[in-house]
Amino acid sequence: MRKVLLYITILTTGLIFIGRLFYLQVVDTSLAIRSRDNAIKVIYDYPQRGYIYDRNGDLMVSNQPSYDVMVIPRNLKPFDTTEFCNILSIERKDLEKKLDKARIYSPMLPSVIIPQLTKSEYAILQEKMRKYEGFYIQKRSLRDYQVDHSANVLGYIAEVNQATINDNPYYISGDLIGRAGVEAYYEELLRGVKGVKYIQKDRFNRDIGPYKDGIYDTLPEKGKDISLTIDAQLQEYGTRLMENKRGGIVAIEPESGEILALITAPNYDPAKLVGRKRSPNFTELYYDTIARPLYDRGLLAEYPPGSPFKTLNALIGLQEGIVDTDDKFSCNHGYAYGRGRKLGCHAHRSPLDMIPGIANSCNAYFCNVYRRIIEKYPSPQEGIDAWNAHLKSFGLGDFLGSDFYTGKPGKIPDSDYYNQIYDYPTYKWYATATLSNAIGQGEVLMTPIQLANMAATIGNKGWYYTPHILKEIEGKPIKEEKFTKKNYTTIEERHFEPVIEGMHEVYKSGTASTLRIPGIEIAGKTGTAENFTKIDGKRVQLTDHSIFVAFAPVDNPKIAIAVFVENGYWGSRYAGRMASLMIEKYLKGTITRTDMEEWILSHSLEEEYAKPLSGEPFKINQ
Amino acid sequence: MSRNSAGFDWISIFIYLILICFGWANIYSASLGTNTGSFFDLSQPYGKQALFIGLSIFLIIIILSIEAKFYQRFSSIIYLISLLSLAGLFVFGKTISGATSWYSFGSFGIQPSEFAKFATALALAKYLSDIQTNIRQLSHQVKAFIIIAIPALLIVPQPDPGSALVYAAFFFPLYREGLSGFYLVTGLSAVAVFILTLLVGPYWVSGVVLLIGLFLFFRKRKKRPGRILITLFAIISIGLSFSVNYIFENVFEQRHRDRFNIVLGKEVDSRGIGYNTNQSEIAIGSGGWLGKGWTEGTQTKGHFVPEQHTDYIFSTVGEEWGFLGSGMVVLLFVLLLIRLLQLAERQRNQFTRIYGYSVIGILFIHFLVNIGMVIGIFPTVGIPLPFFSYGGSGLWGFTILLFIFIKLDSDRLSY
Repeated sequence: MRKVLLYITILTTGLIFIGRLFYLQVVDTSLAIRSRDNAIKVIYDYPQRGYIYDRNGDLMVSNQPSYDVMVIPRNLKPFDTTEFCNILSIERKDLEKKLDKARIYSPMLPSVIIPQLTKSEYAILQEKMRKYEGFYIQKRSLRDYQVDHSANVLGYIAEVNQATINDNPYYISGDLIGRAGVEAYYEELLRGVKGVKYIQKDRFNRDIGPYKDGIYDTLPEKGKDISLTIDAQLQEYGTRLMENKRGGIVAIEPESGEILALITAPNYDPAKLVGRKRSPNFTELYYDTIARPLYDRGLLAEYPPGSPFKTLNALIGLQEGIVDTDDKFSCNHGYAYGRGRKLGCHAHRSPLDMIPGIANSCNAYFCNVYRRIIEKYPSPQEGIDAWNAHLKSFGLGDFLGSDFYTGKPGKIPDSDYYNQIYDYPTYKWYATATLSNAIGQGEVLMTPIQLANMAATIGNKGWYYTPHILKEIEGKPIKEEKFTKKNYTTIEERHFEPVIEGMHEVYKSGTASTLRIPGIEIAGKTGTAENFTKIDGKRVQLTDHSIFVAFAPVDNPKIAIAVFVENGYWGSRYAGRMASLMIEKYLKGTITRTDMEEWILSHSLEEEYAKPLSGEPFKINQ
Repeated sequence: MSRNSAGFDWISIFIYLILICFGWANIYSASLGTNTGSFFDLSQPYGKQALFIGLSIFLIIIILSIEAKFYQRFSSIIYLISLLSLAGLFVFGKTISGATSWYSFGSFGIQPSEFAKFATALALAKYLSDIQTNIRQLSHQVKAFIIIAIPALLIVPQPDPGSALVYAAFFFPLYREGLSGFYLVTGLSAVAVFILTLLVGPYWVSGVVLLIGLFLFFRKRKKRPGRILITLFAIISIGLSFSVNYIFENVFEQRHRDRFNIVLGKEVDSRGIGYNTNQSEIAIGSGGWLGKGWTEGTQTKGHFVPEQHTDYIFSTVGEEWGFLGSGMVVLLFVLLLIRLLQLAERQRNQFTRIYGYSVIGILFIHFLVNIGMVIGIFPTVGIPLPFFSYGGSGLWGFTILLFIFIKLDSDRLSY
């Protein structure tokens, strides 16, 4: 015992030590991570975010320096808080709260006290800064908007949230990230790549040189400048036309699928979401649940397309071979079907064949065509699905695939949909049950961008490029296959001629004959869509939506456009006028019909929008 | 060399050299600033340590050249000189970081407590090996205890309780030479009661003591310590438990309590008193299997661990050499201690054996307390890691301690 005691003690100690070392060094990896945290400082070098230009090279978005007032609580010395608060125009209480928060976060690490001072605010502070030990100024780069429109297209940038940080290791707390529109979709292009420097720190948090002589350090890569397909002048003009109205305008260049204008109303000045006022401004926009300025109607609003949809039924009818351009259908103020039911129509001469049918937007004509399409097949299910397949080839009833993170598929019903609604096979349903599809009402829903793309596709006689917003990266045209490959519809080219002629006739003699522009041949189609809302649980009809689609010039379309004005009544009243003005603005650069322009600019629909909220009975379609 | 010389134990010398060299490499890394100067820059700890190592070699040659009998013969005088130098500190001592443990010569200092260890070992060996000493006699036990206690008591008020704690190492030679196991049982019981009291409080401890006491009391065995002794033991244990609790709560200062609480895992305060241990654990833990490489330790470079080139040098080993390196150092110490035990046990001369056991005991206590502290399983007690920690006095003290034994061992055939 006396001889072995020390042996045992020594060996036991050795074993315990090695066990403990094994635990610390091999098993417990959290210690290794903590070492990295406190010994290595990572400094990021943020590159300039890429500029955004319009299709003509006009600058839309650049950058501006902004200045954050930072604090390192440990370095604070007593200072004149009253003066400090005055300079920065903040409450003393708020300052104390922020300092406490910073202290709790870390006494040694910097915290933001006041974010995003402008240059002039910074100028005042700059000369006094030396008096406030512990505070310093961190320069950042913020967006500088050269335009006061297009907020829906451009999107905005904001600090990353925790969810993004968790998902994407590139971002750290405090980084800025694109949050909507182009800023979000092309975030990786625009942001560039931040540079990284690893700095070895000592226990006082002082820098003592680059870690491993900087072998892991990287240089920042500047964000790419991009050009959008947007025409900033057209965009601005459309925004002005849309003032005091709600709705969307989408203009597309048919031969390229480039989005020339994407307007939603109401919108907001993108500069509102920059700087110190960002947060209250955002809250205000976000909680405006009536006008919904953050809601991009051009991309997201699903409306019944109304009469413009008739052109598609005409095309399908021709392709299916169930109608000829000379087939005439009579209209007796509507289309009677079933047991005394009737789908009404307005007064026009009768009977009509296809071209005047389109020009006069005859409901009865298209009910006949639609029934023939569906009834060509042995069952209405097969008929609906054949019809559905044609429409799908126009990019309807599904997401278009544009370069936006937001979008809506719209709705094109199929047999499953009606089977479910009518509880098939317990109950049977027939073409007449779906008859409102003939005139773009009922179950059919489309977004303005789908409408515009439809116009472009008709203008192209059967194909389209997926509408997109990005034109060039650093001056080089995009090569993305999705946007440079033609999508063909199921309709043969030859069938488009009569439909286009019908749409041209709309301008020459039909529902839009008052909207002609001297020197420009336009093909278009008016639309008027019934719509409803719920007031106290009751379904209440509101004034019709005013819809218009068009493309011009007819024989070589340069612009296809869809205009949607909520509760604007009939198609040519608001939407048609706007579409004409937009086309003239884009093709000619000047407006010859200033009276029409004046009418649009001076008319407001605010009264109309207030009706369902007033709580009082109201009349519609006045 | 005399004709009776059996030669020096090269295994021990070899391990010693590895430890010294590896130690210096780590001191170099731990004290390396941002400016890399010459290896022998005397303004830097690593430069000074290089000089100390050089002087150690010189010392070794002298120690091994002197005749072995000299150490036995002059042990009393060496002991006396050592006591005087410790006492002299009260008059001439220089205070460095709060402890008056130094004689100052220009930019160098001598720390006599480092030399008192081998002197005490020599004196104890001399006394115990005396033909007239019988360690089983109480009066002789008291005398031996006095020899050990005087230097310890001179060191405590410096204050340097860590160095004083080292004198517990002399229990090993005493026990080896026949000190009753009673002291061992008593000592260990006291430690157990102490720690358990701090962990679970005196009431639980009392309960456990009573249960064990009752079990022993009623166990039917003939040759057992009497029931009176058991009862006495139980009463003392319970009394100790309550008094420890009282002392801990009322006599100890908060900083003392903190040190214990951190090791016992009762408190975690990584910014205050727990900082040293926490940082040292982080440094070691960040080393992983193979470490970050020599002079590449980020914690070491950032000087996050306080006293890293002295008491916390082992954390540098852990960070830069990983589990492989730190495990190897532990293994080298174990090997050295085991080898020295073998040497001690092969002695026919009682003096050499007792001295050897003292050497092993002292090295072991340093090894235990220092590494135990650095890896967070022992309270913070400031004593160096032999051959590793920066410091001339320490290095020379340990070198002399070890090489006198190697010299004595080489002379074993003359008995």
